[in-house]
Amino acid sequence: MNAERTGDTANLDPTARLALGELLLSMADDEFVIGFSDSEWTGIAPLLEEDVAMSSLAQDEIGHAKALYELLAGLLDDGHDADAIAYDREPPDYRHCRLLDHPRGDWADTIARRFLYDTADAVRLEAVASASWAPLAELVGKIRREERYHVMHVGAWLERLALAGGEARVRLEDALERLAPDAATVFAPLRDEAALVAGGILAAPMNDLEARWRTMIGPTFERLRLTPPPPATEPERGRLDHTAAFEWLHSEFTSVRRLDPAATW
Amino acid sequence: MVSPTASPALVEPRRPPTVAAVHSALAEVADPEIPVVSIVDLGLVARAAVDPTDGSIHVTLLPTFVGCPALDVIRAAVEERLAAFDRPVRVDFSFAPPWTSDRITTRGRERLRRSGFAPPSPAPAADAPTLIQLAPPASVSCPHCSSRRTVLENAFGPTQCRSIHHCTGCRQPFEAFKPV
Repeated sequence: MNAERTGDTANLDPTARLALGELLLSMADDEFVIGFSDSEWTGIAPLLEEDVAMSSLAQDEIGHAKALYELLAGLLDDGHDADAIAYDREPPDYRHCRLLDHPRGDWADTIARRFLYDTADAVRLEAVASASWAPLAELVGKIRREERYHVMHVGAWLERLALAGGEARVRLEDALERLAPDAATVFAPLRDEAALVAGGILAAPMNDLEARWRTMIGPTFERLRLTPPPPATEPERGRLDHTAAFEWLHSEFTSVRRLDPAATW
Repeated sequence: MVSPTASPALVEPRRPPTVAAVHSALAEVADPEIPVVSIVDLGLVARAAVDPTDGSIHVTLLPTFVGCPALDVIRAAVEERLAAFDRPVRVDFSFAPPWTSDRITTRGRERLRRSGFAPPSPAPAADAPTLIQLAPPASVSCPHCSSRRTVLENAFGPTQCRSIHHCTGCRQPFEAFKPV
């Protein structure tokens, strides 16, 4: 079936190689940023069990980010290791989607953001699960087994808040409204993504993946009588123009690294 | 030790360790997070090979979770145990094949149960679709009283690979190994 799958990128043309780097960076930055955002709940989540769960989710995401940064470091082979890519860039150079640029907010903001992100990420992961580049396909095969639990967990919370009525539902509706303009930015088109599709790395263009995602989440929004998110207003800028909220998060997650960039831990 | 009087030509070079000997040694390395089971019983060992020319040992391990923080500890424990063979040792981690909880051996499952961890139910298929609402997971048997009347309290436990449950039979909390 996958006789042609290989760990070698020599058979990729230079455009596809660059596009693969961009895909890896966008996926890794997404996981890294949502992992750090959710780790902000450690110690202050509304329930003790949820404190444990959110911390565990954050740990999973940062683990995924690290593995993706390692693939990228190997691909670029320019002397920067995974930590350098993760920590040594300035805020405008990160390529996570704008959905993850909102401040942590309240619990409803966190659940709404994670529901939109985890469902979109599930569609994206499925689209690279059969990638012709073996290291990505192998890693994603493992990541999908973990992410299944994330979607299950956040889906249960979305339902709980939506069906609770009262303040919980109002806060959830407000959160979804705040995130709506950026909800679809996970599928911001990548430069030269056509080369990834032609090279057998990405199963379909981001536009098609967004349509699959809407089909996936539509029934849940309908059942819970929530408004599904509109298309992104400027999809081509969906991974650019990061906010002050991200600049603050960046200053937090780079603070230890900046104390002594050459330290060995 | 070679006695100083022995002629070097009569000293037989030590043979490289057998793969079976390497496996037996690996079976003595405990998992750092759940030390009642070995890395072999957890299904972490994908391959162990011995180079017939120089006797160097190459072990490939499968992380239970991508972000498992115990990997460096496991690598160090394997290197320390295999140092007894006095040959070069290389330990790699791989996601091919992906580790799944179905790899835990029968003996590993029994050891987990005896120490209060419910062993995992069968893992979902690799290409199972991600559903927003999964069917509730099959109820897990209580490792203390074997009752199936148990409730999932939290799919996320004290480590990435564990979940937290409550038994309505004996009213005890317990942990389970997550099916992944």
